[in-house]
Amino acid sequence: MTTTAAPRPAGTARPGRAAPASRGPAAARRRRQGMVAWMFALPFVLVFGFFMLVPLVSSFAMSFTDFTSRDVRTPFAVNFVGLDQYVALFGDARFLKSLSVTGTFVVVGIPLTMAVALALAVALNSGISRFRSAFRVGFYAPVVTSIVAVSVVWRYILQPDGLLNTALGWVGIEGPNWLSSTTWALPSLILMAVWRNVGTLMVIFLAGLQSVPAEVQEAAVMDGASPWRRFRSVTLPLLRPTLLLGAVLISVGYLQFFEEAFVMTQGGPLDSTLSTAFYTFEQFGFGKYGFASAASYVLFLAIALLSLLQFRLLRSQD
Amino acid sequence: MSTITPPSPHPAVDRLAQPTPPRRRRLPTGRALTYTVLVIGVLLWLLPFVWMVLGSVKTQREILTKPPTIWPQDPTFDNFGRWFTDLNFGQFFTNSVIVAVVTVLGNLLFCSMVGYALAKMDFPGKKALFALVMIMLMVPGVVTFVPLFVQVTSLGLLNTYPALILPFLTQPLGVFLMRQFMLGIPEPLMEAARIDGAGELRIFARVVMPLCGPPLATLGILTFLGSWNNFLWPLVAAQSQDMYTLPVALSLYSTGQQATDYGLLLAGAVLVITPILLLFVALQRYFVQGIATVGLK
Repeated sequence: MTTTAAPRPAGTARPGRAAPASRGPAAARRRRQGMVAWMFALPFVLVFGFFMLVPLVSSFAMSFTDFTSRDVRTPFAVNFVGLDQYVALFGDARFLKSLSVTGTFVVVGIPLTMAVALALAVALNSGISRFRSAFRVGFYAPVVTSIVAVSVVWRYILQPDGLLNTALGWVGIEGPNWLSSTTWALPSLILMAVWRNVGTLMVIFLAGLQSVPAEVQEAAVMDGASPWRRFRSVTLPLLRPTLLLGAVLISVGYLQFFEEAFVMTQGGPLDSTLSTAFYTFEQFGFGKYGFASAASYVLFLAIALLSLLQFRLLRSQD
Repeated sequence: MSTITPPSPHPAVDRLAQPTPPRRRRLPTGRALTYTVLVIGVLLWLLPFVWMVLGSVKTQREILTKPPTIWPQDPTFDNFGRWFTDLNFGQFFTNSVIVAVVTVLGNLLFCSMVGYALAKMDFPGKKALFALVMIMLMVPGVVTFVPLFVQVTSLGLLNTYPALILPFLTQPLGVFLMRQFMLGIPEPLMEAARIDGAGELRIFARVVMPLCGPPLATLGILTFLGSWNNFLWPLVAAQSQDMYTLPVALSLYSTGQQATDYGLLLAGAVLVITPILLLFVALQRYFVQGIATVGLK
């Protein structure tokens, strides 16, 4: 950083310590602080650059090449193929199927999760004081668990003669073979996702509900509004930013659903639970790295659009 | 941006928002109804965990009976024992712990360091660096794992601890969390130390870090949770049994030859879930705050 090439006046023989004469000591101090600051940032910059930024860029680059597992040792044998991978991708019925599976998972799963979470948040916020934190812990517990582990448990529950069908049998319903049915496999995974993610939204919605000013509610009571009316016309509109935020937040997770499909159905039966993330992983397993990168970038685009939306929501909130 | 609202209990705010039908309002029956629904709901919510524990202590024969028995008739810890004798549970557990602990320590230190620079120092490129952090906040692992695999392979790191740890040693969320908190540390505190002749490193270590308990707790817990439950990358990067983490081992057994050996699999699920669940119950306030922070970031 310092211009060591400049001729030094005789007498100041200590290199590196003399500040250039043209700038004041303040500038020198600022430069020094800049160096120190970058030293503080260095470990992060290295890890972040090498393990996130480079892969993000090279994933994009790879999606325009015919990179396969054979090219790992000889990266120069890779050919640029333009948009061929993307053309092949959108020509693959299974990829399109995976998009519609992921879309269904998001479009059905998010409103369900939000509805249950909102109902719980409202119930917990309705003046009950006993066991309040016990309820919160209970509904929140699935959030902290490994999806792989709970997928194993749910597969056991959803077996043809498992807990769910036994319970249904008590009330005279003959349950289907949930995970082997093209009709029921995806709804089963959605049900599990709702169970696992409700806690997150419940906590967020609860914080939102608590920031609804009491005076507003009291004013509505004065006007003779019924509780349901107050909820519809006062609470819900005030809660809208929180609801939107929650929706965007979990849809980023839902768009990437993978573990559930991996453990519970392996994408089946007949690709009825083939998520885009699972498809990407599968293509990676076949060694088609360029192709897998293209698939992952399509998914990324959807997630990036949602993230942009989230940033805009946040800005409008401030 | 600074609307980090930890959920503090405000029971006084409103009992008014309850969506009970009009005629029922203010009556104690309304509250009784709320309690009934919540109790049934929470029992249903916890049922999978109960069923998991019950199944994990059933004998192999009992777990195959149809219809399933509710209460284990002959409780046994054989399924757990098999994780130690037939399978290499000790190794999987050790791997998970090593990866999680090193990842947490790395995040606590490195995210704080860069957070400090971003919050309290002026340097060229600061705005660009922060913008990059914010952009990368949302990049999902599924986008980067393919080239990351190629990178790690060409470095000869595949199937090693560094491969499992290095990519997660820092994370944009942690940087954001630390920076936001450090912005609020009053400048005079640091100025006083500066006048006493302390360098930036000393100020960071002796003045700033001791004040950062709450965000460090949140970051530590979130990172541990993320690492313990992490799946896609360990599945790709761990190639042999001696490198498997717990979720990877469980997933491979659950889709391999042991796919129908539910006693074993449920015992495995208990072993994966229990440490986190205990941690959660002990530190639930931090967990919930952490998620609320992430949610409102």
